[in-house]
Amino acid sequence: MSVAVTIETIEKRFENFPALRGVSLDIQPGELVALLGPSGSGKTTLLRLIAGLEEADRGRVLFGETDTRELSLRDRRIGFVFQQYALFKTMNVAENIGFGLKSRPRRERPSNEDIRKRVGDLLDLVQLPGLEKRYPSQLSGGQRQRVALARALAIEPRVLLLDEPFGALDAKVRKDLRAWLRELHGRTGHTTVFVTHDQEEALELADRVAILNEGRIEQVGSADDVYDHPATPFICEFLGEVNKLPVKVVGSQAFFGDRPVLGGLSQNQGGPASLYVRPQHLRIVDETPLALPGTVEHLRRNGPIRRAEVAVEGLKKRLEVDLASQVAPAIGERIRLRITHGNLFAAA
Amino acid sequence: MSDATLPSAAATPPRSASRARSESPVVQVALIAISLAFLLLFLLLPLVTVFVEAAAKGWEAYRAAITEPDALAAIRLTLLVAAIAVPFNIIVGIAAAWAIAKFEFRGKDLLISLIDLPFSVSPVISGLVFVLLFGAQGYFGPWLQANDLKIVFALPGLILATVFVTFPFVARELIPHMQSLGSADEEAALTLGASPWRVFFAVTLPNVKWSLFYGVLLCNARAMGEFGAVAVVSGKIRGLTNTMPLHIEILYNEYMGAAAFAVASLLAGLALVTLVLKTLLEWRYGDAIAASGRH
Repeated sequence: MSVAVTIETIEKRFENFPALRGVSLDIQPGELVALLGPSGSGKTTLLRLIAGLEEADRGRVLFGETDTRELSLRDRRIGFVFQQYALFKTMNVAENIGFGLKSRPRRERPSNEDIRKRVGDLLDLVQLPGLEKRYPSQLSGGQRQRVALARALAIEPRVLLLDEPFGALDAKVRKDLRAWLRELHGRTGHTTVFVTHDQEEALELADRVAILNEGRIEQVGSADDVYDHPATPFICEFLGEVNKLPVKVVGSQAFFGDRPVLGGLSQNQGGPASLYVRPQHLRIVDETPLALPGTVEHLRRNGPIRRAEVAVEGLKKRLEVDLASQVAPAIGERIRLRITHGNLFAAA
Repeated sequence: MSDATLPSAAATPPRSASRARSESPVVQVALIAISLAFLLLFLLLPLVTVFVEAAAKGWEAYRAAITEPDALAAIRLTLLVAAIAVPFNIIVGIAAAWAIAKFEFRGKDLLISLIDLPFSVSPVISGLVFVLLFGAQGYFGPWLQANDLKIVFALPGLILATVFVTFPFVARELIPHMQSLGSADEEAALTLGASPWRVFFAVTLPNVKWSLFYGVLLCNARAMGEFGAVAVVSGKIRGLTNTMPLHIEILYNEYMGAAAFAVASLLAGLALVTLVLKTLLEWRYGDAIAASGRH
């Protein structure tokens, strides 16, 4: 049922705007992949290309061994869930879900009885039993989302495509649906691609994350891969919060000004570089070697995390420091920070 | 502690809130009075006059006026013209609205302006254009005569003029509605495997049915009531090419006021039926209309 999706060097322009510039991606059967990127990065265009709602200028998309250019939209058998769900307002829930089956050519069309049974099964699957007669306007956002999913699943799609599936929902419903979708994917095993601009959502939900920027895929990998080993400065900055320090690499040490801040470097690229450090990788220490002196200027609380903003001489932006379980310093206090982990990129 | 402060915050009198949002009572009354006076003077009074004048000479005279052969012929002709012009404009209007709302193409702005053209051109001129094109002295006149085809001063001319004048109604109602709906529903239907015909009849048309209905109501009212353009191409041959509005004018010019108003009352009745139908539907299906995204 599920097929592998192979995307080969896709290029796509809109007017004078290059939306995709040579994108390739292999998706395994049954895999759950997130296309993550800021708006304008081309992620939705890529999703619509896989669906067949856009045509590529160059490159191709394969379902298994089949070139999708040879398939009509109907034969592609895509389950597409639109950002605003695009439920048919004039049809009730049962008619919405049954629409795909009713649209089949007469000889392939199931009987009305079979369609009714299938609709019931799907409503059970998306945990909305008994809502057949409701109209979309009578449903909550989360319910609409699940009806849209049931409608897409009804045609037994080879690939399930979701455009910002949680974009229109409030935070609480979002979290619930996220866990639910992960579990549903585990049960049904559809090859699934979803688009999101929310890095937390992508990292939590997907087997693999493809991060797009300006029409290119910058990195593909598991959540751990992309978060712990970002391939580019863009990914560092896009995934979670990060402090950026201009440094100079000499031998195995990185220097901020004339002060060594990070040692034990194996890279042998010397010269100017950017050091990216996440707030949780800065620790307040007593000893001096490899430490960065600074002044605490502000303290705040972000959910469970306490955060200090530390001004460092020679740095315009204050450093964000997670305090975790450490004793909070006072505002105005002079402290020393040790960098426990960082990502180094040669300055462009 | 925070609980204790809640009730007092929630106990703000609702009246003061509503007053804060609205204008002062004097302004309110004045605005309502002005609107009402205008409606009475310019809309209701003429309408009432039509019916009063129509009934001035009693029921028998009224009946005679609308059942004499020329009046009946005018009524039949008006219905026939509308029966052809309105469906035609429905089909072309839907096609034009669809093209404008769902596709990007060169010359789209030009097409939108062209759709408005009949509204911006005086109906008399639109009528004259057809005479110039198809009349005996017109560009196609000799050819038409050679082939024994009659357009001006005959039914085809009346239909052409009516189609031209009433074309914008359906398209103008549909375009903004279709544009606001976007294409997601159609795309969803296509990915679900629906054929283009099924997409149109099962998704697009039901989505815009109320706008379409309003458009058709307005189009029909104008098609039956059109005077200027039709007057030019008709030739006003009694019993043959006279529509109801033309018939009314002739009667009036011949000092048959009561008869003129009698036939006019039929047209006015049509307007009332249109209005009542529209109100009824809004009242009965208000929720569905709101849900389909039309105010």
